[in-house]
Amino acid sequence: MAKYIIKRIAMAIITIFAVATVTFFVMNMVPGGPFMAEKAISPQAQAALNEKYGLDKPLSEQYTTYMKDILHGNLGLSVKQRGRTVNMIIGTKFPVSARIGGMAILAAVMIGVPLGSIAAFKRGTLIDNIIIVFSTCGIAVPSFVVCTILMYILSLKLGLLPTYGLGSWKNYIMPVMALALYPSSYISRLMRSSMLDVMGQDYMRTARAKGLSQLVSIFKHALRNAILPVVTYLGPLLAYTVTGSFIVEKIFTIPGLGSEFIGSITGRDYPLIMGTTIFLATLMVIMNVLVDVAYKFIDPRINLK
Amino acid sequence: MSEYLVNIENERLSFFTPAGEVKALNDVSLHLREGEVLGIVGESGSGKSVTAYSLMGLTAYPGRLIGGSLQFNGHQIEKMTEKEMRKIRGNEISIIFQDPMTSLNPVYTIGNQITEVVMLHTNKNKQQATERARELLTLVGINEPQKRLNQYPHELSGGMRQRVMIAIALACEPKLLIADEPTTALDVTIQAQILELMMELKEKLGMAIIMITHDLGVVANMCDRIAVMYAGKVVEYGNTDDIFYNPSHEYTKGLIRSIPKLTEKEHNKLIPIEGSPVDMLNPPAGCPFAPRCRACMKICLREMPEYTDITDIHYSACWLLQKEEFEKQQRQKGDA
Amino acid sequence: MPKNKLSVQLNVEDFLPASDAERESLTVMRKSVGFWKDGIRRLKKNKISMISLVVILLVFILSFIVPQLYPYSYEQQIRGSENLAPMQYSQKEITAMDSGESVFPHILGTDNLGRDYAIRVMMGSRVSLTVGLVASAIILLIGSLYGSIAGFFGGWVDMIMMRIVDMIYTVPDILIIVLLSVAFDQPLKALAQRPGFQWIQLIGVNLISIFVVFALLYWVGMARIVRSQILILKEQEYVTAARALGASSGHIIKKHLLTNCIGTLIVTTTLQIPSSIFTESFLSFLGLGVAAPMPSLGSLASAALNGLQSYPHRLFAPALMISVIILSFNLLGDGLRDAFDPKLKD
Repeated sequence: MAKYIIKRIAMAIITIFAVATVTFFVMNMVPGGPFMAEKAISPQAQAALNEKYGLDKPLSEQYTTYMKDILHGNLGLSVKQRGRTVNMIIGTKFPVSARIGGMAILAAVMIGVPLGSIAAFKRGTLIDNIIIVFSTCGIAVPSFVVCTILMYILSLKLGLLPTYGLGSWKNYIMPVMALALYPSSYISRLMRSSMLDVMGQDYMRTARAKGLSQLVSIFKHALRNAILPVVTYLGPLLAYTVTGSFIVEKIFTIPGLGSEFIGSITGRDYPLIMGTTIFLATLMVIMNVLVDVAYKFIDPRINLK
Repeated sequence: MSEYLVNIENERLSFFTPAGEVKALNDVSLHLREGEVLGIVGESGSGKSVTAYSLMGLTAYPGRLIGGSLQFNGHQIEKMTEKEMRKIRGNEISIIFQDPMTSLNPVYTIGNQITEVVMLHTNKNKQQATERARELLTLVGINEPQKRLNQYPHELSGGMRQRVMIAIALACEPKLLIADEPTTALDVTIQAQILELMMELKEKLGMAIIMITHDLGVVANMCDRIAVMYAGKVVEYGNTDDIFYNPSHEYTKGLIRSIPKLTEKEHNKLIPIEGSPVDMLNPPAGCPFAPRCRACMKICLREMPEYTDITDIHYSACWLLQKEEFEKQQRQKGDA
Repeated sequence: MPKNKLSVQLNVEDFLPASDAERESLTVMRKSVGFWKDGIRRLKKNKISMISLVVILLVFILSFIVPQLYPYSYEQQIRGSENLAPMQYSQKEITAMDSGESVFPHILGTDNLGRDYAIRVMMGSRVSLTVGLVASAIILLIGSLYGSIAGFFGGWVDMIMMRIVDMIYTVPDILIIVLLSVAFDQPLKALAQRPGFQWIQLIGVNLISIFVVFALLYWVGMARIVRSQILILKEQEYVTAARALGASSGHIIKKHLLTNCIGTLIVTTTLQIPSSIFTESFLSFLGLGVAAPMPSLGSLASAALNGLQSYPHRLFAPALMISVIILSFNLLGDGLRDAFDPKLKD
């Protein structure tokens, strides 16, 4: 187990390194730089700025400097936000996105898993059909549509919830709903099909033949086997969601990492782009390792090598 | 109480599939005394497993019992609620399945899966149940029972897992054990061991066994009585000797002809039964075996034969037997 | 229970042996149906799938045929008809109608530049559908090829190829899309000036970068699915048999493996279409999609956001359209899976 985790971490470091390298060179291949947009800037000033951020050095040198800094956990200075380091920016923006994203995932699991199980259990009935309709619609409606419709009805028409900012708990309701709809629908579909699959397994017949009630056989014998695909899905989902959805953050004016990232790309804030990308990649890899470990605890057949 | 432990009369059961009603059981009648071993023989789809499962109230969706009476140990099974059934399952009547590789839940330990059934049907606490589980593992001949309790199914071999399944089935000392092709998925050498174990346990615990198999060799050594099923019907029923030495249904005869015999001097060719089983969605009006029968007569294609008693136990449903009766009657008429 | 009485009236000839022909007539074998026929039969029985299919056809007619016959064009700005409500006419149009001219109604009103909104929604659907179909075709091609090669050769080839897939999964797609659309901007515009490449102007640089991004990034899901299918299939006996007979790798992939995953491919591609449309609308919403004045459902919704208070229908029309398109493709895909996945057969 420990050996496996060490191996995975080694692999992770290689992956992150490769992602960082690819991002770095792709970014630099693209014409234009961070100071091109500001037209008023004089050639001298631009040269000075380039020198300050090391952009005048050859690419290979920039690359080695950057990689060295990363190894020390230093993601560099933001080019556009004067005087702020990338670490600082991520440090302030990530918790905002993570809080909303985390709540959304929690809601998605708490809605999706029971709904999917009930649908499988009541297969072919009205309840099943209602759940299928809900979950199919849930994955068919893009998040910007959900956001705007929620906003139109709950804020503009009914005046129940505030439209922007994060002042009170009320501000969280719509972003969390918007973020949770797709994953909860997806999880409920996933859960339904894997539950149906498990319910057809021989060991479920054994459970019934033992005289266990259906509730016990579902909760004890089926759920643990059926949840595996959901766990696999949760890893990357969690990584993506806690780093913030640009759409949701833009529509509800939330100062999170998602909108910061898009802002950094359009503003050509190289260090911020790199920093956020590496941060996301790291999170993703960590989540995948966690999923594997969780798998091992749920299913003893899994052999982590 | 009746003289029988199990008494199934005129059971009819159908699967209501989207393509139509499949009459899986058509007037099935079977009975079994305490401590007896009944073999149900037939090819896949003949309804042998369906009969056994319906006795436990385990008929799979979309199957439904549509007629007949099922008695077991004083219970009227077809009238019982699911809740009442649960008290019997795993307790008075239990089952072992064909494939031990998939019949145990992969994510729980062996110990967990045995104690579960012990604690469900008795008042034992966890510790006592574990003690009982260890006892059961020893009973079914598993070495190092203490260690096995904490192992997962995938860590055991197929034969070992089938022993665990037997241990689960015997946990509450049932009156009846249903064995649904318990050896089909196992290696030949293991098969004999498992069958031997079952017979041994039967002697020790005195339960009745319903042995479902398509292997006549298995039933020959184990069973007191044999029911031969074809297309949802018991076509012949009798003592093991009756079936083997005096088969009267053409299907039974065909089955016996297709057993390899090593003792014969000449290497006789095995004689298979030609053709394939009937389409249960559109069963023929007459005898279901008629299209494959060597001795098929015109009547066989038109009318379902009724049962004819051969001895007080042995009976069979074949027009050939009726033919003898008919000829006798004709002669009597001629005489008169 | 067993009786020896004869309940039916019998005759001597009843006990004569039956002829073979008589026996044959009773053996009604169910006709064996081929893979396609069987799947299509099951699909036809599935009401939801058939309804989705009809809806998809209607959407196609609405977005590819109706605009050709429509009296307005998507870029035509009608002076004096700005910001009309659905079915409302401008002052000028009312005067025109009074003098006997017939004016086609603005079913969904007009936008702030006086463009008929109904035709814009229809054109938007056309763009979205085109993106969905073309992108899915690209994904199908690259993903199935990549996946089958990785799955078939296995070993270190598979190892390296799947690590690359993992890496592509990890890179944020928006980053690549933005960078690419910037990187392609100049070269593509230059290329569009050259004869024979004018179509680039029409489609828009952004749309081309979207396609390139799909080709670069989004095939990984398909590749994984195909790979796992191939891994299962190549263990099958008939593949071993083919290899024993000296079939080449290419022949085995083409003849045995791809034909056997065709069901999976159809289903995955059908489900890929809505997901491509999803991505396109998302990118257009961010302003990274098709170039103005060409509308797409995402950019229409994005533009409508500012006037949400006064013109909610401008948001609801494209939002409803896109949801209906994605929903019906998803439902059709589900139906196809039920119909063509052999695991679920009967």
